[in-house]
Amino acid sequence: MCKDCGCNIIDNVVDPKTHQHKIEIERGILSKNDRLAEQNRNLFKEQELLVVNLLSSPGSGKTALIERMQVERSLLGTNNLNLGVIVGDLATDNDAHRLQHRGISAVQITTGNACHLEANMVAKATQQLDLNSLDLLIIENVGNLVCPAAYDLGEDLRIVLLSVTEGEDKPLKYPTMFKSAQIVVVNKIDIASAVEFDRERAIANIQKIAPQAQIFEVSAKTGQGIKLLLAYLAEQLKIKPSIQPLHG
Amino acid sequence: MMQNTLDIAIAQARQNNAAQIDLLTMNIGELSGVIPEALEFAFEVLRWGTMAENAQLEIKTIPVVCHCPKCDRDFQPEEYIYQCPRCGTTSSKIIAGKELELASLVVSS
Repeated sequence: MCKDCGCNIIDNVVDPKTHQHKIEIERGILSKNDRLAEQNRNLFKEQELLVVNLLSSPGSGKTALIERMQVERSLLGTNNLNLGVIVGDLATDNDAHRLQHRGISAVQITTGNACHLEANMVAKATQQLDLNSLDLLIIENVGNLVCPAAYDLGEDLRIVLLSVTEGEDKPLKYPTMFKSAQIVVVNKIDIASAVEFDRERAIANIQKIAPQAQIFEVSAKTGQGIKLLLAYLAEQLKIKPSIQPLHG
Repeated sequence: MMQNTLDIAIAQARQNNAAQIDLLTMNIGELSGVIPEALEFAFEVLRWGTMAENAQLEIKTIPVVCHCPKCDRDFQPEEYIYQCPRCGTTSSKIIAGKELELASLVVSS
């Protein structure tokens, strides 16, 4: 104990007169979230569940993509890749209803004012799902390409979705988010020519910012490209133990 | 995020029997997705009524460092496209720049 003021610190005295001390901390601000995310990850590992964090701007088609994945999955006639969804929005449970209507187990998280999901919200929501019956859990994050990038939820993969109406330079504008993705999905390709979407430039921009990402071009509306994405995810489920989370 | 930081800082200061926090130093990576100005603004609001009421906030920006797998060397990219200056390979292996840390405190009794 320090003899001057009774505090616990005896080293690192900055100013003996005012008796200021320096305390080294070096602790992550989000260490609490990271710890809970790790707990989620362990739970998902026990359940042999592939978990995807799905991120995009509002209106890019996250919910529509999941709906179409469910439709295509049943068309494929495969019984594997049973889907469950945790969906985050500031308000309303419209999206969860949409998904439940398609026969998907879906839990809504309403965040109030929070612009992103956090690991504790996901932990709570998973209690409402029968994880045993699922192969693939999609966490549909709040529509936002900024804040959710910093929050690990315990997922295996991050999918960043952009639609052709958003412009080819979206990856250049939101590099942090795109750099954290293992998969980038370009949606609404059925209307690409109508909005004069420059495909080559968009793909080149994704590759420049996120060279690690697998790219899929799909239409949630027509179903184009969805089978390839599903097949890729089924493959990832098989090799789940070897997937390295990119962030954190 | 600033609230988390203050919570950690206050808990640490209390553990050390300090009466007040004079300085908080944070390390914020350029690729953390966090804008220092936003933290500073939140700090101005949140510090009132806490033991950090009179504290200064110092934010150190940590530049991005990437590793080039081809040259097996680290480099500091000049922009958001992480291209190795020697061989031109685009790298996704990030060594530094994602930090979101409370580095240290200066406290007094």
